[in-house]
Amino acid sequence: MLKKQIILAATAAALAASGLAVSVVSAEPVDDELVIDGELKIVTRTKAPEGHPFDEVLSGWLYRTPETRALEADSFQNPGMLYVERGEVIWNTVEGEAGKSCASCHNDATESMAGVAANYPKWDADAKRPINVELQINKCRENNMKAEPYKFDHADQKALTTYIKHQSLGQPMGVDLSQGEMQSWWDQGKEVYYRRTGQLNLSCATCHEENNGRYIRADHLSQGNVNGFPTYRLKQANMVSLHNRFRGCIRDTRAEFPAAFSDELMALEVYVTWRGTGLSVETPAVRQ
Amino acid sequence: MQVTRRQALGLSAGAAAFVAFGPGITPAFADEAATEKMLMEFTGGKTPGSGKVTLKAPEIAENGNTVPISISVDSEMTEQSYVQSVMLLAEGNPNPGVATFHFSPMSGEASATTRMRLAGTQNVVAVAKMNDGSVFMDKKQVKVTIGGCGG
Amino acid sequence: MATPKPRVKVPKSASAGEVITIKTLISHKMESGQRKDKDGNKIPRQIINKFTCEFEGKPVFSCDIEPAISANPYFEFPAKVMESGTFKFTWVDDSGDVYTHEQAIEVK
Repeated sequence: MLKKQIILAATAAALAASGLAVSVVSAEPVDDELVIDGELKIVTRTKAPEGHPFDEVLSGWLYRTPETRALEADSFQNPGMLYVERGEVIWNTVEGEAGKSCASCHNDATESMAGVAANYPKWDADAKRPINVELQINKCRENNMKAEPYKFDHADQKALTTYIKHQSLGQPMGVDLSQGEMQSWWDQGKEVYYRRTGQLNLSCATCHEENNGRYIRADHLSQGNVNGFPTYRLKQANMVSLHNRFRGCIRDTRAEFPAAFSDELMALEVYVTWRGTGLSVETPAVRQ
Repeated sequence: MQVTRRQALGLSAGAAAFVAFGPGITPAFADEAATEKMLMEFTGGKTPGSGKVTLKAPEIAENGNTVPISISVDSEMTEQSYVQSVMLLAEGNPNPGVATFHFSPMSGEASATTRMRLAGTQNVVAVAKMNDGSVFMDKKQVKVTIGGCGG
Repeated sequence: MATPKPRVKVPKSASAGEVITIKTLISHKMESGQRKDKDGNKIPRQIINKFTCEFEGKPVFSCDIEPAISANPYFEFPAKVMESGTFKFTWVDDSGDVYTHEQAIEVK
């Protein structure tokens, strides 16, 4: 029954492998405003930071179909909110030998975490490298809770990260490059961003800088900003973390994909976060 | 095989268009017989008329895994005249059954919204059964694309 | 995820005879039974197969559910309220587990 579809997909894939398979069909990102529950205005378009290749940075939300956009505009309909709720439960659950929960030290997350995630990744002076929310959670678990750090993409890690990032909903995303050696990691990340890899010989820039607004097969390419992560992806019908998406994208260029939280991907996270400076945190965003 | 960039673009554009919009693809995995059978069981053998039922579905589903869909039936929803049930069917899915909504005079209106999975481009059918046994249906084609990166 | 948690949106109050909109969402994988694991074996089906909404014990709306309903099933439907009372929502899992949620409404 699905055979014909599979054959067609294989044909398309084979054709794609023979060159840059970007369809000549193009569509602009929509001219629409994201206001959650008619109350919270989300910045989806803003002036790009100094030194940015674009004049304006755009949220991935603007590239989605009306139905997908509607799912994010209604916090009740947004399936990602189920994970925010789950994250809240985890926040209040005692784990580890120290007998603490996140709440034991951080109390009410709606207060203590308000605006916090919008400024990640940050410089971690202990580890001498950038730290993101997932790694910060693990650092706290190990040092303060005496609990096992989460394995990458553990359901609880995703839910808790979603919950914490959600406390920055509507806040402008930004990285402080003056901290520690963040600037040199930004430089590294920029190099990764523009480096072509894999059998398809694509870099992040090939799709997200040179061809955003165009279609790659049937996906509407965005600028590749990260203000919505972890994101509820319709495809997985689940939360998808940023490093999972990095790895997935790189895998799709038929390249070997780096380990989550590796130096390469941390540098990339610093750089790509910077590329979306000023966009509102949308976590949990709804994407395809 | 040496393919120039221009050739590759042209071919891939064609392939993308074919895959996304080709009407000839649908019959391949449409199981119309199974859908027909489920429909007739629901209606008690009656062929549904058109009108009264409106099925709202996106023209192009961004991802076949989660497709928002809604139905509404033109009915007073009184004790004398109301919609009993509305059945949703997907002609091209491995199994055509999707969901059956049951209403009551306490519904006030006969409408419902949900999200469904579509295995590929196909027709979605909504059949409404009234308390007097009359049946109506609406049908919409939803294009389900294969996606790009991340599949 | 842990025990499926329902999320229900019912207006806090309404006028008698008003038709309100109820929205419900529950976390559930809705394993369709079509997917295969790494070894090629079919992952057994496990879905929410029925959803019901009652008001003061009387049926308002219900849905017989097949695997074609997406994960984290969402249902939105109307209800005509005549008096104050409590809505009861139930979700039945293939496993036999039943998840419930209640929400009261004040009707003037």
